[in-house]
Amino acid sequence: MELINAALVGVLMASSVYLMLSRNLVRFVLGLALLSHAANLLIFTGGGITSSITSRAADGATAESDSLAQALILTAIVISFSLFTFALVLAFRTYETLETVDTDAMRAAEPEPSGHPGRTDPSGRPS
Amino acid sequence: MEKASARVPLYSRLVVALPAGLFVWFASMVPSVAGGEAQFASIGWLPQLGVDLAFHVDGLGLLFALLITGVGTFILLYASEYMRGHPQVGRFTAFLVAFMLSMLGVVLSDNLIVLFVFWELTTLTSFLLIGYSHGDSAARRAALQSLIVTGAGALAMLAGFVLLGNAAGSYSLREMLAGDSDLAGHPAYVAMLVLVLAGAFTKSAQFPFHFWLPNAMAAPTPVSAYLHSATMVKAGVFLLARLNPVLGGTDEWGMTLTGFGAFTAVYSAAVALTRTDLKQILAYTTLMALGVCVMFIGLPQSRGADEVPLGAVAAVAFVFVHALYKAPLFMVAGTIDHSAGTRDIRSLGGLRKAMPWSLLAAALAALSMSGVPPFAGFVGKEILYSSAIGSTYGVAATAAIVTANAMIVSAALLVVAVPFLGQSPATRPTPHEGRWPMWIGSLVLGVAALGAGLFPRLAFEWLLLPAAGAVAGRQPHFEASLWHGFNLPFALSVVTLSAGALAYWQRNRLTGALGSALARLPVTGDSAYDWLMNGIARVSVVHTRIVQCGIQRRYLLIVFATLGASVLTTLVVKGVIAWPARIPDVSFVEWLLAILIAASALVTIRSHSRLMAIVALGVVGTGIALIFLLHGASDVAMTQLMVETLVVVIVAMVLLKLPGFRREVRQTGLGRWRDAIVSCVVGLTTTLVLLAVTAEPSHRRLTEYFQKTAVPEGFGANVVNVILVDFRGLDTLGEISVLALAAVSAYTLINWRPRRSARAAARSKAFPEAEGAAKPETLS
Repeated sequence: MELINAALVGVLMASSVYLMLSRNLVRFVLGLALLSHAANLLIFTGGGITSSITSRAADGATAESDSLAQALILTAIVISFSLFTFALVLAFRTYETLETVDTDAMRAAEPEPSGHPGRTDPSGRPS
Repeated sequence: MEKASARVPLYSRLVVALPAGLFVWFASMVPSVAGGEAQFASIGWLPQLGVDLAFHVDGLGLLFALLITGVGTFILLYASEYMRGHPQVGRFTAFLVAFMLSMLGVVLSDNLIVLFVFWELTTLTSFLLIGYSHGDSAARRAALQSLIVTGAGALAMLAGFVLLGNAAGSYSLREMLAGDSDLAGHPAYVAMLVLVLAGAFTKSAQFPFHFWLPNAMAAPTPVSAYLHSATMVKAGVFLLARLNPVLGGTDEWGMTLTGFGAFTAVYSAAVALTRTDLKQILAYTTLMALGVCVMFIGLPQSRGADEVPLGAVAAVAFVFVHALYKAPLFMVAGTIDHSAGTRDIRSLGGLRKAMPWSLLAAALAALSMSGVPPFAGFVGKEILYSSAIGSTYGVAATAAIVTANAMIVSAALLVVAVPFLGQSPATRPTPHEGRWPMWIGSLVLGVAALGAGLFPRLAFEWLLLPAAGAVAGRQPHFEASLWHGFNLPFALSVVTLSAGALAYWQRNRLTGALGSALARLPVTGDSAYDWLMNGIARVSVVHTRIVQCGIQRRYLLIVFATLGASVLTTLVVKGVIAWPARIPDVSFVEWLLAILIAASALVTIRSHSRLMAIVALGVVGTGIALIFLLHGASDVAMTQLMVETLVVVIVAMVLLKLPGFRREVRQTGLGRWRDAIVSCVVGLTTTLVLLAVTAEPSHRRLTEYFQKTAVPEGFGANVVNVILVDFRGLDTLGEISVLALAAVSAYTLINWRPRRSARAAARSKAFPEAEGAAKPETLS
């Protein structure tokens, strides 16, 4: 079971990275969502799993998936949901403002270097 | 320049008392130090690291301290007059005093690390002094150049010091000198030597790092006089002299110092003759003097070890002689500059009537520089010659030093005879003698040079022999006298003087020949420096263009590629790639789920429809919820399902307002392959990490603790819930805060429309990028 889950995490991770490397902001956001799925599954599998269906302490400690990992994932799910929502809205506003979802065209903070890269003269003389 | 009417600020005259007082104080130590009793004082600073503010006055340190404070007294007096009327005399005086004190720190430090700190302080203060006329681009360039060259050397030197300290087991020079650790046999000896020499050679402007020193002539003349005669550039010589007993005595040490020193001496003496600016001529003669000092510190003596360490005596004597003549000559050059308005010897002449005191001072100094008896220069030169003759490189060393000295005689004539004798050019304004502070110092130092020559025993017994003893590591028995009889050194002296006079007589022909020879050199130090600096700038432009390209996905690409490559390399190197020994029984449902999720993920990537991508994303989320459920994590599965539903709803709401995938700019085929490879590597790495983790027996100590304590302490049977709301309640509070913050931010972002005045609208049309940077106060 670990093997199949590990492979699945790999596929999800690869898909997510591929999407995030895209020029399209929408795809980036989708990649972000996949990334959190991959991470959750990673923690879940890493905590150790079996197929027994119980997490109740009262039932006696039969084998089960790690309850600490479960608690961590619960937190992670909610946080990644918050992050995802925020990123989505940010992408939306960016589109409204810049009228593009092409990340290559978003150069407001770091404008295209204009022409000559400006040879620095160490002497301090104006070149 | 000089504003005759301006008042000299009182403090710039009073400050002279500081070096004068220090000089008297150090002078009072002379008898005890000459008697072999070194002074020592230490204040704890970083005892854990073996670094203490320890100061140590022995013969060598005392000689330098006396030169620094003695020459410093006259320099400060001279500067107070020279800078008359300058708007920033205070700044200048402060820099100069700071520089003097740093220099004192260098020569008196006992701890190598403390010595380095003072060394760097001299670098910084000399940077400020050289670049004092900061409106002048040449001065700025020279200041930066000296900072970079000497600073780089100093860093190398620090590394050398650390090696040295580790090898010797202490950073204390006294302990190093007293100890008999065999550093020459240490495996890192050559590294130490190269690093320490890098520091000393850059500071003392030895070839090929000589170029910064003539450029540093951009500094005001008092600074040049001080830097050249007794301080800054002598620091390198001092360091070599100081470390000679520790590092010296080997073939590497002897050959390197002698070779570099001799070459620098001859080369710069030749260049000096081709210059026409008084300060430039003097600068190159300083280089020559430094070369001579370096050469004689390293010069191996061929006689037996019980003989007099003549090289050390010669080097120390020359340091002393040089300080006494170089400071006056620089000060006179500055006075000439002030009163005649130029330093170019081609337009100077006949100043003897107008400036008698300066002439007297310059003449005394120049005679000492030329080595004419009975001046100190003569005594010094005799020792140089007998040391060179007695060295293992006898003929070569003697030839080098005689050649360099002959050219120096010529340079001395050039500096003094040309401006003061001959006809005065008619076009110049009437020159006048400077006020008394401008020439008194030069005169005193010139007379001192005469006195030291007339009574050499005095100077040697009290000052120079104790210093030479510190350099050689043993007390030399040396009888100094003015007259040694008609011997080989004296004959060489005569040859030197005649050759120098001859060269002066034929100077036009000689400078022409030298100038054309030098012009044929393919590379100069200065041009190499420029090439290096421009190269660094160019590399940085290219580097910035690649790394800071401003394109978001390229940053991500670098991050992910680094992540994948580094983790994968670690896995391979550490050999922790695990493969499950058994393929466990995987149920049909699990297979189905896994295939479904993987397929949906691929659909998300490949889909050309937004709706399809959203649905596929939902399938992935739901599938993962089912996996959670399969393994007993019912709470997680429930949360995941709810969140997934919300995500799909929100995404559908927002995403459909965004442009579809149909008209998006896609990457070229090559770019997509690159992305695919990076993604696959990251994915593979994650899989391998996870397999490696699960292959290890899981540590469930914490989980067991929670299972045991959930009911008695948390009063809940659902362990996961108890952990969330009880054991890790604060985490959950943080999580809720994040959720709330995200909600508020999202709400604000959606509803935020900057209030647009007509002007702002016009501006945003002109600069669309400025809109995003509007202040949050403009919430509507």
